[in-house]
Amino acid sequence: MSESSLIQIKGIKDGLLVSLGDASWNVLQSTLIEHIEQQPAFFQGARLALDVGKNSLKSAELSTLRDKLSENGIMLWAILSESPVTEKTAQFLGLATRISKPLPQEHRVSQEPVDEKTLFIHKTIRSGNRIDSSGHVIIFGDVNPGAEIIAAGNVIVWGRLRGVVHAGAEGDRNAVVCALELSPTQLRIAEQIAISPDRHGKPLPEIVRIKDGQLQAETWNSG
Amino acid sequence: MTAKIITVTSGKGGVGKTTTVANISVALALEGKKVVCIDGDIGLRNLDVILGLENRIVYDLVDIVEGRCRTRQAMIRDKRLPDLFLIPAAQIRDKNAVSPSDMIRLCDELKPEVDFILIDSPAGIERGFRNSIAPADQILIVTNPEMSAVRDADRVIGLLEADGKNPPSLIINRLNPSMVRRGDMLSMEDVFDLLRIDVIGIIPEDENVILASNKGTPLALDGKTKAGQAFRNISRRLNGEQVPFLDLNHQNIWDRFGWRR
Repeated sequence: MSESSLIQIKGIKDGLLVSLGDASWNVLQSTLIEHIEQQPAFFQGARLALDVGKNSLKSAELSTLRDKLSENGIMLWAILSESPVTEKTAQFLGLATRISKPLPQEHRVSQEPVDEKTLFIHKTIRSGNRIDSSGHVIIFGDVNPGAEIIAAGNVIVWGRLRGVVHAGAEGDRNAVVCALELSPTQLRIAEQIAISPDRHGKPLPEIVRIKDGQLQAETWNSG
Repeated sequence: MTAKIITVTSGKGGVGKTTTVANISVALALEGKKVVCIDGDIGLRNLDVILGLENRIVYDLVDIVEGRCRTRQAMIRDKRLPDLFLIPAAQIRDKNAVSPSDMIRLCDELKPEVDFILIDSPAGIERGFRNSIAPADQILIVTNPEMSAVRDADRVIGLLEADGKNPPSLIINRLNPSMVRRGDMLSMEDVFDLLRIDVIGIIPEDENVILASNKGTPLALDGKTKAGQAFRNISRRLNGEQVPFLDLNHQNIWDRFGWRR
């Protein structure tokens, strides 16, 4: 296969968008690097978004590529992929997975149900990690300060929630956030923003939703 | 021999990475292990000063990588401990002079000849950090019991997870037991609670550490101070021994009974 059909480059608002064709990752990666090394002046200092198509990539593969690109003076900032594995990997490496995020329109109440897709994550979400989902997010673990959870739907944390969380990020005012221990740096539902009040005593599981136009937290009680 | 490669990193600067590398290297060498420590902080080297080897540098890490000397020639042997070697960083270059694959190649070359390779990572999460963690078998994260250091440690742990590294171990440095008791400092439990990784050592705050760095004689050389003992214990734990943590709470009997002068 010729090189030109494997790599397509176009200029976008945020730099360059490179789309890779169908081939093994090794071939794609070396073709891309070769291509860059042939035109160093064109690529020097570029911000690159990479569309990897169906390839499902592990973090070692992505971080190697990122290192190689940065050796050539290129900053990789986004990975676009049809593979959920690659999307997750990219998010854990702190890379964007969408080129332009649709901004939530003010006062828009989304009537249509959010994407029913749910992202389930079983690990501690640490500072610098960002989880971005067009559906619901369930975290089985802690969300540490400095981490961000952004979901179009609900966010459920079976653990301590101490980072920034945004449920209903595309405008759904019916979205909720719940956690076993709720003390987020900042909590947003749709366009509403709140910070945690100082808390005393033993933390209890809580659920936050918009009530009477305000964010309200309720303790969860069984029965 | 197949060396174990240990990288010491932290995210935040000034938490005691270099002191930790110097002391653990000394403690391992005292136990008869052959140790090479590598200063990964190109452009801001310190490990040579803390080990007291500054005036013996002829070649450095960048000289090895760029082929101006053989690896052997850049290894400075410690006069006090013949099993301890230092590969110093270059001072007149920057982190980009070395790549992660250079570090892996260098460690692969050293591996058959020594028991431990310790790498002192620079602060930050950029190139120098990437260079330092690339060859690591085990990573030690140094943090202080204060919020900003713990946040940075958390960030670094996240990056290591994303890189598919083995889970790192934690060293809590500069813990002041009486401040913890007064509730003015994060305790070991508070730090663990946030980071949730295995704790391999707790080093009490000790002004002798500063004296020792100025003199170039790491505290672990004589085990008389609490901090020196704590570093020696870490080296034993790295050797697979089970060593209980020092009892820092009852360090001072007068404190314990609330006795005041």
